[in-house]
Amino acid sequence: MIHIRQLHKSYHTEAISLHVLKGISLDIEAGEYVAVTGASGSGKSTLLNILGILDAYDAGDYHLNGTLIKNMSEREAAKYRNEMIGFVFQSFNLINFKNALENVALPLYYKKVSRKKRNIIAMEHLDKMGLRDWAHHMPNELSGGQKQRVAIARAMISGPKIILADEPTGALDSKTTVEVMDVLTNLNSEGITTIIVTHEKSVSDATNRIIHLKDGMIEYETRKNNGVHDTFPNVNMQSV
Amino acid sequence: MFDLDRWQEIWITITHNKSRSVLTAFGVFWGMLMLVLMVGAGNALEQGMTSQIEGFATNSCFFESNRTTVPYKGFRKGRRWNMTNSDIPVIREKVKELQYISPVLFSGGNDKNVVRGDKNGSYLVKGCYPEYDLIERSKMIYGRYVNDIDIAEKRKVCVIGERIYEVLFHKGEDPTGKQIRVNGIYFQVIGVARSTSGVSIGGQTTETVVLPFSTMQQAFNQGNIIHFLAATAKKGVPVRVIQDKILEVLKQQHQIAPEDKEAVFNMNIEEQFKMFNYLGIGIAALIWIVGLGTIFAGAIGVSNIMLVTVRERTKEIGIRRALGATPRNIIGQILSESIVLTVLAGITGIVVGVGLLRATGIVLSQGDQFFKDPQISFGMAVASLLILLVIGTFAGYIPAQRAMMIKPVEAIGEE
Repeated sequence: MIHIRQLHKSYHTEAISLHVLKGISLDIEAGEYVAVTGASGSGKSTLLNILGILDAYDAGDYHLNGTLIKNMSEREAAKYRNEMIGFVFQSFNLINFKNALENVALPLYYKKVSRKKRNIIAMEHLDKMGLRDWAHHMPNELSGGQKQRVAIARAMISGPKIILADEPTGALDSKTTVEVMDVLTNLNSEGITTIIVTHEKSVSDATNRIIHLKDGMIEYETRKNNGVHDTFPNVNMQSV
Repeated sequence: MFDLDRWQEIWITITHNKSRSVLTAFGVFWGMLMLVLMVGAGNALEQGMTSQIEGFATNSCFFESNRTTVPYKGFRKGRRWNMTNSDIPVIREKVKELQYISPVLFSGGNDKNVVRGDKNGSYLVKGCYPEYDLIERSKMIYGRYVNDIDIAEKRKVCVIGERIYEVLFHKGEDPTGKQIRVNGIYFQVIGVARSTSGVSIGGQTTETVVLPFSTMQQAFNQGNIIHFLAATAKKGVPVRVIQDKILEVLKQQHQIAPEDKEAVFNMNIEEQFKMFNYLGIGIAALIWIVGLGTIFAGAIGVSNIMLVTVRERTKEIGIRRALGATPRNIIGQILSESIVLTVLAGITGIVVGVGLLRATGIVLSQGDQFFKDPQISFGMAVASLLILLVIGTFAGYIPAQRAMMIKPVEAIGEE
């Protein structure tokens, strides 16, 4: 599903140039449950943004579902984001003047689904998240966990193949973290490729594969074997 | 194609921050209100002016004798002279472009010079040719105007103004055939005239007694003197042409130096009306410049606030982009918001402006005729709407471009 080869990304300002991703190569197959971990500044969020076509990369190749994601027009990128990818953010990123139902329904608006139909679908997704009764509440009337579940419902509504979650539990307490992780785990069990950027061990432990970044490179990977993560040194470290 | 969903989306965004939207739109509302009021007032002024002159032949010129200012052919300067009956056939012969000509004599205005029984009043008395009624048109309420037979037979008949009729006769009484005394001489009333124009020579038609020119000359011992001469040019001929030719004839006839500019008072009403028209055009242009300037300033206000709005909504725009909004969606959203705000504010301005104009029209309908029926035309309303659309697009364009430049990855991270 996701095939990355020698991916580089730098940020340039007038004063400095920051080489954030230094030749990452990575394959993630459909249905995988992956955590990307690493210290702050290791490049994990940058990697996730590139995977989500929110940001461009400088060098290397990124194939998503067989398509090379490079020099893509904004229109094409928007279509991919709308149909292939669901985003879950640490700060929920709900639109504050829209209620829960309208927030969840928004991706379908850009898919040109009628208001009536998208409201029905949005309500189904909110129902799945246990938020039917909160559908007409504004984001500021919801708890952190509820907001994140609304955000997950929104990420799911257009039937994406991949969920990209950037620190989805970063703003939540431990009890709510468990609830949100249960939701993400359930989604993965339905066959949706789920990639979570996190620095919380409890979160990464819940996934089946951990990719640990350090200084813009993959330091090691672990895969869950009988409920326990085995560590694999990364060969790409040598190639930089 | 009409997309209800899109408009609902825009409406939600606009109504989300009502006070900001209202403040944003106020500049355009005010500009459009001012434009409508000013154009309406300008139209009313024009209508008022037009109604003042509409019964008056605008292709006319007038002459009156004055003292000479240049010595000529043995005559000293400062000589008094008079136009005479013999001038008329010479002018008719030499000025081929002439349409109508009428000599005029003035008299009266003395103390109670017009009398019927125990009723009387002080009114202007004017002797004219029938053609005079084609220059300063009057509407006959009773009877008829002076005709050629009256002139030829020097009949002692008169046409009285409406106001004189009201003073001398009972309401509804037919005055034709009745005798009234004018400057001590009895005349038979043949008609009652109402003025159709606010412009008149000598005095208001409603307060004037018109006699046949020949009768007046004889009855009041005026010899062959003419006090005033009114003439019109044939259709398509500039009045200036006949004005100059008549002036030349009069100077030749009365031994006046060709270079004497003061001896013959002459006035070209066409040029006066042209100035009037230019003044009207000037006022209209000024109104549009000021009005459009005000709307333009409003639009800059909209644009400015939309820019701030876009800045404030960076994160929202980033979220929308992440959820699948294309750049076109975002541009469309911002442009539509700008257009909706501008057009709604503008339409409100038009409606309030038209309402105020109507109210003013009703209040003024009984009063001052110089300011008549203030309103704007349907074409002006449509043009205003088109202007609003253009201005709304203009106001939203730069903010929309700015919104499109927002990178989703940077916007989402913004707090």
